[in-house]
Order: sequence, then C-alpha cells, then structure tokens
Amino acid sequence: MSTETLEGAGLLVSRRPLMQRLWRGGLQGSEFTWAVAFTVPYIALFLAFVAYPVAFGAWLGREPSLYLELAEDPIFQRTVVNTILYVGIAVNLKMFGALLLSGFFMRRGWWVKGLLLVYVLPWALPALPAFISIHWMLNGEWGLLNNFLFNVFGMEGPGWLDTSRWLSLGAVITSHIWKWMPFWTVILLAGRMAIPQELYEAAEVDGATGLTRFTHVTFPLLANLYLVCTLLSTIFTLGDFNSVYFVSGGGPALSTHVLATLGIRNAFEVARPELGVAAVLTALPLMIPLVLILMRKLRTTEVTL
Amino acid sequence: MTVAVDDVGPAVAVTAVPASVARGRRARRLRWWKEAGALGVAVLVLIWTLVPVYNIFMVSLESKGDVFTETIWPARPSVESFWIVITQGYWYLEHFWHQFANSFYIGVGTVFFTLVIGSLASFAIGRMRVRYGWLLSNAALLTYVIPASFLAIPFYRIMQIYGLTNNLWSVIAAEVTFATPYAIFIFQQYGTSIPIELDEAARIDGASPFQVYWKIYLPLMAPALVAVGTYALLLAWNEYLYQFLLLSSKQSMSVPVALAQFLNSDEAPWNYMMATAIIYAIPPVAIYYVFRRRMSAGLTMGGVKG
Repeated sequence: MSTETLEGAGLLVSRRPLMQRLWRGGLQGSEFTWAVAFTVPYIALFLAFVAYPVAFGAWLGREPSLYLELAEDPIFQRTVVNTILYVGIAVNLKMFGALLLSGFFMRRGWWVKGLLLVYVLPWALPALPAFISIHWMLNGEWGLLNNFLFNVFGMEGPGWLDTSRWLSLGAVITSHIWKWMPFWTVILLAGRMAIPQELYEAAEVDGATGLTRFTHVTFPLLANLYLVCTLLSTIFTLGDFNSVYFVSGGGPALSTHVLATLGIRNAFEVARPELGVAAVLTALPLMIPLVLILMRKLRTTEVTL
Repeated sequence: MTVAVDDVGPAVAVTAVPASVARGRRARRLRWWKEAGALGVAVLVLIWTLVPVYNIFMVSLESKGDVFTETIWPARPSVESFWIVITQGYWYLEHFWHQFANSFYIGVGTVFFTLVIGSLASFAIGRMRVRYGWLLSNAALLTYVIPASFLAIPFYRIMQIYGLTNNLWSVIAAEVTFATPYAIFIFQQYGTSIPIELDEAARIDGASPFQVYWKIYLPLMAPALVAVGTYALLLAWNEYLYQFLLLSSKQSMSVPVALAQFLNSDEAPWNYMMATAIIYAIPPVAIYYVFRRRMSAGLTMGGVKG
C-alpha cells in the first residue's frame, strides 16, 4: 500500500515538470496566443467598465470644496445618519433572522420543504414589482395595511411613508429585510447542512442538546461563514438603491435618503454629478476596510455566494 | 438505539416501566410543544412572505374604481387589467411588448456574455494557469465588492463618451460587468473539482487549448454554467438603476423603466401597474424555480470550508 502511493507520488513528481513546461513555463507560440485570447475579453471588460469609471469617478470627486459643501448640507447630514441606521439595523436583523430561520428550515418534513419554497419567493421576485407593491401597500389612505387596520381593528393607521421620517425609514428597512433575508437564509442553511452529522452525534454522547448544541457545535463552525456573509451584506446594503428609491423615494421631504440614492439625486435631479460622486465617495472610509477584509476572507475561506 | 435497553431482563423491565412511561409522556408533550411552536413560526413566516405578494395580486384584480376603496380583498375581481396590459390598451402601455422584448434581450445578452467571458477567463486562470492569473482573480473580487450603484454616475458619463446611451448594449455591458466577477469566482471553485489530469491527457493527445476548453472544460462545467446563467438573468431582471439612467427613449426603454414612469405620473393606475409587474415577474420566478436546486448548489459551493 505504502509503496504504491510512493510510486504514485514519484510518478506525479516526474510528470509535473513536463506538464508545467507544457502549460505554464512553455506558454510560447500558440499557447501564449490562446492564453491572451482567453483573458482579453475580461481584461477589456474590466478596463473599460470598471477601471475607467472608477478613475473617472475619483477625478469627478477630486475637489475638497465639494466635501465641505456636503458637510454643511443638512440633507447630507441626515443622509449619513440614515445610512448608518439603515445598514446597521437592516444587516444585523437580516443576518440574525437568517441564522435563526436556517435552523428552523433544517427540520424534517414535507411542509417545511414546501414552506422554504414559498419563503424564497421574495428573492426570486424582481425588486421593482416587489417594492412598488410594498409602496402602495403602505399608502396611508388606500393601502392594504391601513385598510386592514381599519376593517379589523377599526383604527386609522398612520401615513407610513409620508408623515414621519422614522416610520418611513422603518418601512424601508423592513422591505429590505423582506427581500433579502431569504437569500442569506439559503446560504446559511447550506452552511448548516455541510456540518457533518457525526459531530452532532458525538456532541449528543457528550450531553450537548438544544442551546449548548448550537453554541458549541453549530455556531463555531458557522461563525466564519456568518462573518463573511455579514460583511458582504453590509456592502450590498450600502449600495442598495432599489429599496429606498421605490419604498420611500427618499421622502418625506428628503428625510430618508441614503448615500446611494442621494448620490443619484445630486447627479441627475440636481444635475451636479461631481456632488453626487462626492456623496458616494464619503462611504470610502467604511468601504475600504470592509473590502480589504473581505478580499482576504473570500480568497482564503472559499465561501461562495 | 434505545430498543436495546428493553432487552435487559424481566426483573429490571418491571421496575423500569412506570419511570419510562412518565418519561415517554413528558417527551411526547415536549415534542408536541415543539411541533406547535414550529407551526407557529411557519404561519408567521408565511404571512410575512406573502402579504406583499397578496397585495400585488389583489390590486391587479381590482377595477380602477375599487383600487381607491378601503377593502382588503377585491370586491369584484376581474382580469381586465391583465387584458389591458397584454393588448397594450392604455396609453402608458402602448409599447409594453416592445419593452418586454428589450428586457428579454438585455437578460439573454447578459447571460450569454457573462458565461462566455467568465468561463474563458476562469479557464485561463484555473486550467492554463497563466502567470498573472491571480491579478485577474483579484480584479474580479474587487469588482464583486464594489456596489453597482456607487459606480453609476461615472458609468453613465462614460457611456455618453462611448456614445452608447439609449442603446441596449450599454445596459448589457453594465450587467455583464457586475455579473462576471461572480461567474469567475464560481467557475474557479467548481473547476477545482474537475481533475486537471483530463486536460493533461487531452493535451498530450495533441488537443489545442481551445479544444480542451470546448470539449472538456465546458461540458464538465455544465452545472456551474446553469447556476451562473440563472444568477445573471436574475441580476439583469432585478436591476433598475442602470436601465433607468441609460435607457430613456421610447425605443430602448425596458419594462422596469416604464413601470417606474407610471409611478411618477399623477394618476398612477395601480391595477395596471400591478398587472404589468406580475407579467414582468413571471419569467425570472419560473426560471428560478426550475433551476433552483442547481442554483443553490452553485451559490453555496465550498460552503463552510475552513
């Protein structure tokens, strides 16, 4: 047995240099041409549609005076607070809910599987139809929610989206969670399924049940995945345009904008692209550390999303 | 496993009966509570998920007058709104099928170019092992973590410079840009499960790199191709911002852009909007449920490694 593997290894060792010469070192002539041909489409795509816009954006937002102007703008100040609240609350509630629900969907039974099929519907549904439905549903006068409150409890519901900043922001956060929690639940569910059953059996022998099972077996194994998912979700939520734009539209009175929507508003409604870019660029102090950590994590842990 | 305990012997069994019966009853009661709790969670999840969906259907089935009433179900349900949308019988919907075709072209174009560019690049990085492959993977990773909406303003200006505004290609370019990094990511991971020896054998037999790519790599990558293709389609179908910025003419407009125009008009006909929304949502939902297994397999390849 051992000699066999040794011989196999020897064979591999003797074969490697040849293959490496063929593939890597020997990327000459037609090999090299092929490699270039294979990578050129992506390189071109990256240069034309990522590198160039990024550089152009940095150039647009180069004036320090833009940032002074933003800092004095009360709408921008509110936007920063909104962004922090939105990202902080939405991401954590969503991920924690996804963690709990992924445990729920580990249960056996046909109805749990059926429920999962229904539960992922918001994710499969395109964003726009979903969010305009929520927008109309929360209409103060004719929306489903207030009609329900009136018909069943005989009470007049508030105008969810056009009276108060906090109600409106809450509606946006809830809508975002509604749309994206299923996605992360599926990811964490797959993470849970990848935990070998023997570990649970071993833990059971050692007397771990219920909560201790979770804190001592499930969570330590899921922690890395959970962290990466949370970081990724932070970036995606930071860039989430649709939930805010279609549910609250930044209203009432521009009080629920986030950086992503305010940037677009500055650039296209106020017609000052450089101010829009500057608004977006103020997220960089948060973005850069996140991106650095994520790029390390994603490269080393092979978590795929 | 517990059956073995009963084989201990008659003497032990007699004394053990009352205790085990009590334990069994308690366990059964606990199981009952757990089951009831699970059902409660299930009902909450169902309501939470379905209320906005119910709202779309309810409004789309109402007539124009009934939309502005305080009912929580359609008083006189009719499919009139759907008929209006399908026959383009309202001035906002004049070009509905043209817009739908535009959305369709964008979706198909995005899927096609994402798969081609992504698979070629990941073949070069993962299989041919080109020298600066790591640079490419890092570029892809970086693009993956840049929010698309943050790049929209310069992107729009650049499309103006390229002269591509009001052209479907500009949107396809944008969607492909943001879908390809994910494609490269998934393809590279999936590719590690295909033995490199296959490529080597083919190379020794004289196959060119393109033949290896076409005859070995692509067929074996089929599951990942399906997963990424579905992802790219959903991405293109979900996306609004770039389509809104880049497509404003009647000829080039896609369904989401037209729908949002409805929203901004003074007399928004909500029943027609919801019917439009449902028709627009059918293709991605159908495709998602058909390829669901493939997709979640692709989405979570690697899972919790390390």
